[in-house]
Amino acid sequence: MATVIIPTPLRKFTNNTAKLEVKAGNIDDTIRQLTTSFPDLKKHLLDEKGKVRSFVNIFIGNDDIRNLEQEKTIVKEDTVISIIPAIAGGI
Amino acid sequence: MTIIEPATRALLVEDAVRAFPDECCGFMFGVEDEEENRLIKEILVVNNAKEGDKTRRFEISPLDYLKAEQYAIDNNLLLLGIYHSHPKHPAIPSETDRQAAQPFFSYVIISVLENNIITLRSWRLNEEEKFEEEKITDYQFTLNEKE
Repeated sequence: MATVIIPTPLRKFTNNTAKLEVKAGNIDDTIRQLTTSFPDLKKHLLDEKGKVRSFVNIFIGNDDIRNLEQEKTIVKEDTVISIIPAIAGGI
Repeated sequence: MTIIEPATRALLVEDAVRAFPDECCGFMFGVEDEEENRLIKEILVVNNAKEGDKTRRFEISPLDYLKAEQYAIDNNLLLLGIYHSHPKHPAIPSETDRQAAQPFFSYVIISVLENNIITLRSWRLNEEEKFEEEKITDYQFTLNEKE
């Protein structure tokens, strides 16, 4: 099983679980598994078109999936996926 | 209620003054009780990764975010929020701040005005995804009275 690391601000939607296991496949499959198990996560991960929100980064190791195959990026049994909220702001 | 340890509060102010007229930014760690009262014990100063005008915007790199989550695990602390400064502007979150804000996190804003008047305020998203101010309470401790 692959591992998904949930960032602290989203753990209240995963019963305070920091690490979740998902089946191998691709990132689309991973997101589907997460949002099926934890429906409240959906609006924090996906926009109204069902795409990964611009304020959410998904990394495999140290690599942004936007620089890989995006949502089609392969997830293997030993893949570690991090969901990383974009942190930004200003005046 | 949010309490910031005095030494940590001093570090927040120091970072905001150091970065002026740019915005500073970083992470805050601490503990939380069952009533969601928070004690901020430590900060992690990170680089403002915003390309372009850092006097009006800040950005934290995803890899710095990963480091912060790991720091919390390694030190048995909660990642409680984000701080940043508003140079020459009040410590009130902007629409830019709100759009990128995460649930759960406390957002401490340090206003640094040119006459060195510094104000700290803390904000948190409510269920309607609007910011509500969190009261920052002065750190208090009780000395054991001598008999």
